[in-house]
Parts: sequence; C-alpha cells; structure tokens
Amino acid sequence: MSQADLTMSHPAHPPGMTIGLAPFSVSANKMAIWLFIIADAATFAACLVAYGFLRNGTANWPRPFHSIVNVSVMTFILLTSSLTMLLGVRAAKAGDKSGAFRWTMITAVMGILFAALHIREWMGLIDEGMSMFHNPWGTGLFGASFFSITGLHLLHVTGGVVALLAVGFRYMGGRYDADDLEVTGLYWHFVDLVWMFVVPFVYLLNLAH
Amino acid sequence: MANAHDVQKHEPHEPLGRYLLIYVCILILAAAQFFIAFTHIDAEAMFARMLFVAIAEAILALLFFMHLWAEKRGFLLFVVVFTGFVILVMQFGWTDSHRMEAGAPYSQSKSGTVAP
Repeated sequence: MSQADLTMSHPAHPPGMTIGLAPFSVSANKMAIWLFIIADAATFAACLVAYGFLRNGTANWPRPFHSIVNVSVMTFILLTSSLTMLLGVRAAKAGDKSGAFRWTMITAVMGILFAALHIREWMGLIDEGMSMFHNPWGTGLFGASFFSITGLHLLHVTGGVVALLAVGFRYMGGRYDADDLEVTGLYWHFVDLVWMFVVPFVYLLNLAH
Repeated sequence: MANAHDVQKHEPHEPLGRYLLIYVCILILAAAQFFIAFTHIDAEAMFARMLFVAIAEAILALLFFMHLWAEKRGFLLFVVVFTGFVILVMQFGWTDSHRMEAGAPYSQSKSGTVAP
C-alpha cells in the first residue's frame, strides 16, 4: 500500500497527514456500535451497582416474586432471538437475502413478544399495589430500582425491534447490506447480554421463599 | 496500518453447529441461574454464584455471538480491558452499603470533634 493511499484529501486534514481508516481492521459502522455498546454497558453496570448498593443497605428489601414462569419464558425468548439474529446475519453473509430477511423479522417478532410479556408482568405488579415509590411488601426503593432497570432494558428492546424492522426492510429493499444487518445484530446480542445480568440480580435474588 | 480494503470479513458460511452449541450452553447456564435461586444458601453466596454464571454467559455471547473471537486480538483487548476497567472502578463503594445496613445512613463525626 502506498503512502498516497493513506493520505486524506479532506481540507480538514493537512497535506501529508496519514490516519488509519479502519482501526483494528474493523469497519466504521462496527466500531461505532462497539463504542456505543461499551458506553451502554457502563450505563447498565452503573444501574445494577446502584441497585445492589440499595439492596445491600436496606433491611426490609421486598421479595415479591412468587413464580419464575414469566421471567423464564422471557429469558428463553430473548436467548432464542439471539440465535435467530445470528442465523439472519449468517444468511445475509451467504447472500441469502430472503432468508436473512425472514430470520430478522422472526427476531423482531420475538422482541415484540418479550416486550409484551414484560409489560404484562409490570401490569401484574402494579395491580398488586406496586409503584415507583411505594409497594405493599417493604421499602419503596424497590419499585424505583425495579422499574428503572427493567424499564431501561425494555426501552433498549423496543429500540432494537424498531431497528430490526427498519434495517430488515431496507436490507430487503437493497439500501442496506449484510454489514448493516450485522451491526444491528451486535446491538441485539448486547440487549440479550444485559438481560443475563438483570434476571439473576433483579428477579431471582428477590424470589419469595 | 489498515485501510478499507483490509476490513475483516467473516467466512460466508460460519458453522451452524457452533452457534447451536453456544446457544445450548447459554440456555444451560441460564437454567443453572434459576436452579441456584432455589437452593438454600445465604444471599451473598447466591449472588456470587449467579454472578459467576452470568459472567460465563456473557463471555460466550461476546466471543461467539458477537464475533469478538473472530476480530483482531487488539480489538478484543480494547473492548474487554476498557469495559472491564470502567465496571471494576464502579465497585469502590460497596463497603458503604454495609454502613447503611448498620443503621448509620449519614457520616458520623468523630468523638471529640464539633460537627459543623
């Protein structure tokens, strides 16, 4: 590769200035989503640490969950949606456009199902008297932390579903390519990864024994 | 130094069997978390075991579902070291949560000193 190949002609860069166009040999799109994932991981980690701090320091922390059926179904759906996303990206890289679109849409439907189950669970807790600042079982901090963490995750799932639908249709229409689908998939896997920490700490540690 | 032509491309036909194996492993680990929740151990031991399992799940997802294993080692180190350091630094305040549990939610002035 010649030096000229690496020289930017943009007026913002002085003549002769050389920069790496693809750090770590990763495309700009992928690097951007990874930087977002790192920042978002810090956000969720901060939320979970704050939650743990409150739970550890509060004597009458409630344990309101009597059943694991709903959360286990939600977990199964989200983990399986990661597999369907992988299959979609795999199909896209192999040039199977309709297969990639089909798997992406299946992933989006699973995301919608997860969100619906999540809202159903919220409604059940609200019906039992739980709100952001009050609940019948113990400290009101529980409602604030529970709704904040699961709400932030639900927001990510909702955003992911919108992204999957948008990218999926644009991929099918020829405006996006397999790399765009892969970048969306990275985000979706991250949402799945966060759930792996939310389930044990927010749900399973608060099971009523 | 790399340019756009050097951007890493994955194999067109990544092994489906590996994906399924990782998926089953993650499902088993998730099931293990539910199992741990029903064991009769104290909350701290339960938390430690669940954290260990969650980290194992996350490593599998990061390396294979998110293809971090297929990227350059420098990129893997960049993501893992940077994220890990930020998350580790957040843990400095845990001892203070025990102080709250002991019934002293606010800092106490030392004996013999005058509180402002």
